[in-house]
Amino acid sequence: MHAISYSHVMQGFPNFFCQPNLREDKLQPRDFHILFVPRRSLLCEQRLKEKGVLNSFTNIDEYILDLIPYDGDLLSMESESSFRECYLENDQTSLYHAAKGLMTLQALYGTIPQIFGKGECARHVANMMLRMKREFAGSQTQILPVFDTLLLLDRNVDLLTPLATQLTYEGLIDEIFGITNGYVKLPPEKFAQKKQGEGGKELPTEPKKLQLNSAEELYAEIRDKNFNAVGAALSKKAKIISAAFEERHNAKTVGEIKQFVSQLPHMQAARSSLANHTSIAELIKDITTSEDFFDSLTVEQEFMTGVDTDKVSTYIEDCIAQKDPLIKILRLVCMQSVCNNGLKQKVLDYYKKEILQTYGYKHILTLKNLERVGLLKPQSTMRNNYPTIRKTLKLWMEDANEQNPNDISYVYSGYAPLSVRLTQVLARPGWRSIEEVLKMLPGPHFEERQQVPTGLHKKRQPGENRTILVFFLGGVTYAEIAALRFLSNMEDSGTEYIIAATKLINGTSWIKSLMDSPEENLP
Amino acid sequence: MSLKPLDVHFKVHLDLKKIELYEMGWNLKDGLRECLVAAAPYGGPISLLKGHNRRSPSARPQLEIYSSSGLPLASFPWKSGVVKQLGWTVSDDLLCVQEDGTVLVYDLLGGFKRHFSMGNEVSQSQVLETKIFHSPYGTGVAILTGALRFTLATNIDDIKLRRLPEVPGLQGAPSCWAVLTQDRQSKVLVANGSHLFILDNTACTPVTPPGLSPQASSIVHMCVSFSYKYLALLTDSGHVWMGTSNLKEKLSEVDTKIKTPPKQMAWCRRPKSQQPSAVVMWDGLLIVVGECKETIQYHLDDDSILVPELDGVRIISGTHHELLQEVPGACEEIFKIASMAPGALLLEAHKEYEKESQKADEYLREIKEQSLLSEAVRQCVEAAGHEHEPETQKTLLRAASFGKCFLSNFPPEQFVSMCRDLRVLNAVRDYTVGIPLTHTQFKQMTVQVLIDRLVYRKLYPLAIEICRYLKTPEYQGVSRVLKHWACYKVQQKEESDEVIAKAVSVKLADAAGIFYSEIATKAYESGRTELAIKLLEFEPRSGEQVPLLLKMKKSPLALSKAIESGDTDLVYTVVMYLKNELNRGDFFMMLRNQPVALSLYKQFCKHQEQDTLKDLFNQDDDHEELGNLYVKASYKEQRLEARIALLQSAVDEYYKAKNEFSAKTTEDEMRLLRFQRKLEEEKGELLVGFSLHDTMTTLLSVGLHKHAEQLYKDFRVPDKRFWWLKLKSLAEKEDWEELEKFGKSKKSPIGYLPFVEVCIKHHNKYEAKKYVSKVTPEQKVKAHLAVGDMEGAAEAAIERRNESEISTVLSRCSATTDHLLMERLNRAKATAVKK
Repeated sequence: MHAISYSHVMQGFPNFFCQPNLREDKLQPRDFHILFVPRRSLLCEQRLKEKGVLNSFTNIDEYILDLIPYDGDLLSMESESSFRECYLENDQTSLYHAAKGLMTLQALYGTIPQIFGKGECARHVANMMLRMKREFAGSQTQILPVFDTLLLLDRNVDLLTPLATQLTYEGLIDEIFGITNGYVKLPPEKFAQKKQGEGGKELPTEPKKLQLNSAEELYAEIRDKNFNAVGAALSKKAKIISAAFEERHNAKTVGEIKQFVSQLPHMQAARSSLANHTSIAELIKDITTSEDFFDSLTVEQEFMTGVDTDKVSTYIEDCIAQKDPLIKILRLVCMQSVCNNGLKQKVLDYYKKEILQTYGYKHILTLKNLERVGLLKPQSTMRNNYPTIRKTLKLWMEDANEQNPNDISYVYSGYAPLSVRLTQVLARPGWRSIEEVLKMLPGPHFEERQQVPTGLHKKRQPGENRTILVFFLGGVTYAEIAALRFLSNMEDSGTEYIIAATKLINGTSWIKSLMDSPEENLP
Repeated sequence: MSLKPLDVHFKVHLDLKKIELYEMGWNLKDGLRECLVAAAPYGGPISLLKGHNRRSPSARPQLEIYSSSGLPLASFPWKSGVVKQLGWTVSDDLLCVQEDGTVLVYDLLGGFKRHFSMGNEVSQSQVLETKIFHSPYGTGVAILTGALRFTLATNIDDIKLRRLPEVPGLQGAPSCWAVLTQDRQSKVLVANGSHLFILDNTACTPVTPPGLSPQASSIVHMCVSFSYKYLALLTDSGHVWMGTSNLKEKLSEVDTKIKTPPKQMAWCRRPKSQQPSAVVMWDGLLIVVGECKETIQYHLDDDSILVPELDGVRIISGTHHELLQEVPGACEEIFKIASMAPGALLLEAHKEYEKESQKADEYLREIKEQSLLSEAVRQCVEAAGHEHEPETQKTLLRAASFGKCFLSNFPPEQFVSMCRDLRVLNAVRDYTVGIPLTHTQFKQMTVQVLIDRLVYRKLYPLAIEICRYLKTPEYQGVSRVLKHWACYKVQQKEESDEVIAKAVSVKLADAAGIFYSEIATKAYESGRTELAIKLLEFEPRSGEQVPLLLKMKKSPLALSKAIESGDTDLVYTVVMYLKNELNRGDFFMMLRNQPVALSLYKQFCKHQEQDTLKDLFNQDDDHEELGNLYVKASYKEQRLEARIALLQSAVDEYYKAKNEFSAKTTEDEMRLLRFQRKLEEEKGELLVGFSLHDTMTTLLSVGLHKHAEQLYKDFRVPDKRFWWLKLKSLAEKEDWEELEKFGKSKKSPIGYLPFVEVCIKHHNKYEAKKYVSKVTPEQKVKAHLAVGDMEGAAEAAIERRNESEISTVLSRCSATTDHLLMERLNRAKATAVKK
């Protein structure tokens, strides 16, 4: 079964069906079905028609897959190139699907009375939602609203956050190994089954595949912690588990033994979970303690705090000279540009020339893409307003507490993601207090209200939390998710956040999606 | 009014009642004689085709349509071929099956809708007999052809013709046949003499009804019940066999003592009834057969037809319209003579109460003593539902209401909904409407369908009244009716566009969920494009506006509506349509005014029509993009000459776009390519396609230092990077001599720490040490540490009195071997901190 999406169509997918062996396989007649995901596409059907195979399908249907739940509080459309399409190619198909997905969500969980948004795409999605609501007038289901507020955020309002290296446990797993569809593939060496007596003779060669979500108790506990706090949490857990296993010595009566045995499966699962995460943590630690990682992080933090952002960075220069991975270079250069609200033409051209000479002239197209979406830009006559934004929104917290955080800035060990700060301010005290800063960020900000049928107005019990759905148009990082979860769990926050996004991203996958390499061989 | 027990005719084996529904409003000269008649179930319309047997073209037969009460709905002369059969579909459309297998479809007001054919085979061998039936899939048509084969279509809205297998030994027309639906499949049951066959898609299976009386030599008539569950067979010996339609069980067999073939036979049975009963009709005689030997006979004055219903049989004659049905249980309990059923007692009690007699209390007591009051109320309510006389309904409902007063916690829903249902039923049974539905039929049919039927009859006000009265959700009820009204309204030729558009918008203004596009489509279909456009303006869903606008050739409007909707697939629909419709210039012009459509089209072109993309950029003088396009194309090109030519085009475009940087860079690229090729030819090193950096690395690694130097100068590579590059390549080659020369050539722009580190990386501590002394003071500690010289590192750190450096060195010391060193360091650290 192939699920096909629009992009597949464009990239020769129909040709697959046009191969003679598939078409004229008379000996073995087969039925072909198409299920379009996330929606039926005219272009694809037309393409298939042109190729003369449309009629050979027994069934042509669509499976409307907008928002896929990834966890109890997380939905993603997993629309790979959403950011690229919206900001680079001016193709807003994914936004239409986002709006449709939000309509489905509202059909299931009630009309969301309040919509806030910031950015052009947010405005577009809100407009479509309001229009669709008019279109469906009269056929609404009467459901008590679950969400109080919807916040739509454009990724280009906060270009900085995804560029920074995430420092939460989950964020680092994603940065280093890459999480796809809730799974991570890890180098197998650390996961060799150590059976007693054998001493691990044969090392597995297949990468170890692990599912990562909050259903795993231990992972739920540590995923959003700063990596520096994970070690302590793991050793604490180890003590608890071994204590639990020690219990067996105290079990005297048959009843006690029976109870102990009944808990065994759970305990064993916890133990293997602990073993896995200890191994992962070790793998990560090898990297985070390396000098390379430290140096690069230092430079990132210098940029974020506004140190020397207006001249060529020696560190970047050295990295290029040593031909470090291109994406690493692009992330850093873009970060410098964003933190300086554009680079001096001379500096920008120097970087560009260095990159092109080192990695090949073909990357000129990638650089142009980065410029077009605003990740790289020459400094305009306008003042650099990043310091103002940083100060007003307290984006840099000097003494971030990594072990027992009291602010979202712990997720980047000092930097508080702008997107999440905006969300936090919206909940309390409201955006009116930061009107000036909002004006500095790209795109309009707005508020819309949707009529909720009388009798369905939520009467909040005292102490009951408000629920805000935050939708990231263009992608969200695990660190941002961690920061929002941190806000949900803060004792006096009074707000619970549910997160939705067009895609779960990190700096690397994000920059990769913007690259334009004619030969399709990325370094 | 005194209420007498209903005239329960007989108590032979079952209780039947015959209710007069209407005195027919039509005026038929010859009654139903020589007419082809079809009456739709659920009190539907009646169609008559008079004189259909006359074949002379001069006297055209007349097709007439009436309501169940005999009010004329349509009448027109029949101009098509010879009609073999009339029938009604589930949506009140009239089907006229012609001899040649063509089926004509009319609406119930006589408007021609469409026609379809039952296939070549049928038209060649002609229709012998035909039956119209209802299946779970819709209305079907079954035809027996002159070639004695059956052809079946189970749903006329989605015609899939099925030719059934041959019936063995069939010489002439079978004695009788019927269509039945079993296991979600339509089958034909055929009798040929005494043999009975079931025909399905694949096979013809002989079957035997269990216990069929042996006297019979032929089955002359058969009928299947409304639910397809039961079958009745009439034999030439005059016996009626009744059983299940799967022929597994016999229910009863009755001798009618009449051996002539009947005109019609039908089941007369209510759902869930235990007693089988069928009605057989001859000229002037109607016989009801049931479980026991005796039969009930009615005399018919006039030619009549039987219309089987879910819960009885309607008998339509030239003058009257009656319903024959089994007396419902509740009614029988209440109205039976001397009944002591709780319902009967409650009715009696209420009667006495009206008379202000104390007997009322006695009756009530009697019911209450047996704790049957709620049962009594339930009976009265149910019985009211089955009564056709409003007065009787009222009496029963009043009694129920009276009984309810003495009950606490009696759920009111049944009573309330029965009152509502009856009000609706009485309204539609009215002579002027003429839909004689029973309550059972109404419940089976649902309000939705009833509303549809009223709409087909254009009884919009009544339909809306009913929707409002029953509080049907607006978009299923009132809005839907209004939409139909509007569709009808826009077809009225005599009124102007403005008047109609206004009338429609005013009426539909606050109705929710109106689909204006459907109304507009209707207007367009009746040739009123302007009106359609006006109406489309009211449509909130752009998605719905687009296809019609395209059909009406209003493409610019369609395009902007598609964009408004945000549905990119819809935009593509319009764009692709325009692409085929317009010439290129106009097409591009139109796109130019719609940036969203333009960028989507560009996306499309990027993947499928690169040349078109070039034209688009050319039109917009977008030199930057043209340049990018050439660059992209250059990478697809294998031959170097062509590649350079494309890059040259890119350079030209970049200059036109005033993008100096891109132009210069691309020129550099060309220069590099030429250089690489030249060197490839001269030295045989594979170089083409490498980046400048990699080219230099390769050159250095094969010892072509001069050429590398040349590139370094020509391309103005920054000193720092070149030093790094050379350093690394020399170390890679382990050419330590050359490295040392290079290190001494001039002052290193990258300092000497990299020299130390690179040497260490290649495991040459000896070489590394050579450079330690040259390292700047800031990096000294690092350099010493790199070569593993703890003493030196400590020395340097202490000298610099740098706390963090001292700590770094300390962290690298091992407590066993460097004991003394650590003491020194700690002391130095203490003083450094003090400072």
